[in-house]
Amino acid sequence: MNGLINRAIECFVRDSYGDALWQEVTEALGIDETAFEPLMPCDPEVTARLVAALSARFGREAADLLEDLGTYLVTQPRSEVIRRLLRFGGVDFAEFLESLEDIPDRARLAMSDFDLPAINLHMEGAGLYRVEIGRTARAGLWFGPVLLGVLRAMADDYGALVLLDYRGCDASREIIEVHLLDEAHASGRDFDLATAGTAR
Amino acid sequence: MSAHGGGQAGALAAMLDRFCPMHLVIGPTGKILHAGPTLARIIAPEAIMGARFLEVFEITRPRGVQDAGGLRALDGVRLRLRMRAHPRYALKGQLCAVPPDDSGAGPGPMVVNLAFGISLVDAVRDFGLTGADFAVTDLATEMLYLLEAKTVAMEESRRLNHRLEGARQAAQEQALTDTLTGLRNRRAFETVLARAVQGQTAFALLLLDLDFFKRVNDTHGHAAGDLVLGVAARRMLSAVRVQDIVARVGGDEFALLLPGMETATAVNTVARRLIAGLEEPISDGVRHYRISASIGATLSRDHPGAPPEAIMDAADRALYAAKAAGRGCHRLHRPEDDTPTAAGCPPQGGVCAQGAAMRSR
Repeated sequence: MNGLINRAIECFVRDSYGDALWQEVTEALGIDETAFEPLMPCDPEVTARLVAALSARFGREAADLLEDLGTYLVTQPRSEVIRRLLRFGGVDFAEFLESLEDIPDRARLAMSDFDLPAINLHMEGAGLYRVEIGRTARAGLWFGPVLLGVLRAMADDYGALVLLDYRGCDASREIIEVHLLDEAHASGRDFDLATAGTAR
Repeated sequence: MSAHGGGQAGALAAMLDRFCPMHLVIGPTGKILHAGPTLARIIAPEAIMGARFLEVFEITRPRGVQDAGGLRALDGVRLRLRMRAHPRYALKGQLCAVPPDDSGAGPGPMVVNLAFGISLVDAVRDFGLTGADFAVTDLATEMLYLLEAKTVAMEESRRLNHRLEGARQAAQEQALTDTLTGLRNRRAFETVLARAVQGQTAFALLLLDLDFFKRVNDTHGHAAGDLVLGVAARRMLSAVRVQDIVARVGGDEFALLLPGMETATAVNTVARRLIAGLEEPISDGVRHYRISASIGATLSRDHPGAPPEAIMDAADRALYAAKAAGRGCHRLHRPEDDTPTAAGCPPQGGVCAQGAAMRSR
């Protein structure tokens, strides 16, 4: 699974900061290009070093970078498929939130070695949700900030108005608070269940 | 969409609409009384309400259903159907004949529940169906998700295979190619020779050593030597046919396999042409370099059943003899006395006269 994660980071950095900078960072780390082969296994330690190096190079917190990565994955036309697969989760943002718990299973259906941490959703009150993401060292990065970016972008996608707050983590989980203020704040983006690409 | 009755009947009809959005209620005479909301989106309700079910749908399995009585007899049977207006979408369905009510006034209505089977993807796209068009328990959305996810994964896998295949070919090419001249290397030549020995086609094997190459290398340096080797390789290639194999098997040693060449005359012609080509001066724009070549050859027909090494050995002995005869000579191995014949040393005065410094092989 880390080949895919590394590849996602590569696309994000190349598109956001340019090829030259990407080369500079990876060459300094001496990372082999097979580490960015989406279907190939890769040591999570490589991902951890990569995130640390990028964080140092940009002078930004790793969590900030990872949140941008999450937003990037949903909003970039070239990773449109991720947005689409997430949109299968529900017809509106509330239903999408409820489908978050299925994401690890769905990811495994798509790629059997895709091993995302467990996600739990708790209703705290009207429109108030707490998303708990299991903490794992298996991936070489924390998924909480990435999911935060994904949620931000998906709320836009559904046209929902939300307040998102990364509440940090304890020993076993990361916590994101979601306040769904208005389900139909804006018109959102279209989603057709079938695309020209899948239906032949 | 329909005129649901009130009370419990109305509640049941609303439930059917929710749980089975692609159902139809058919009256006792076979006419459509009601269409579930998704079906009504696909087929305009006004066009089918009151129409005979069998006029709107064709039952493809089981065949031969003609009328309302025939329909009623399908109670519980697994059905395959098509919409006559949209025949490309295969539907599956099941019919349930509702018992008559207590008033005993003839047969009751029938309910048919339909689903897109494997044609789901086409139907969703063509009719613009959304998640809301399917029952909550319906796995249609999951199926579409899975299909899309697997398509992406397959596509990525295809790309990976493509990249790996490219890398494999490049690695193989590299493993079999002499990087300086672009010719095959010794390993590649051994494979080619072994295959030729196995095959049915006769061939000639030539071993060629460049003469005076060491002198060029020692006097003018490796850059000049490399240039000479590159030019020599190109000249050898242009002196033979496309199907002939030229390989660099050592520093200034080359091997050629000429398929289909089975006479001494033909081999001699090629050998002369090779040597003549190599004796043309080679220029780097400043200096001219002159080399020549010695060639030992053998014909596969002279070695029936022999292993590749034995054939190489015969060509090597011929090369030895050619070198003994002086530079720029070629010799063909002769099996009858296992002594090379004097096949074509250039007339005296040529490079041959300079004598041959034998190199141990």
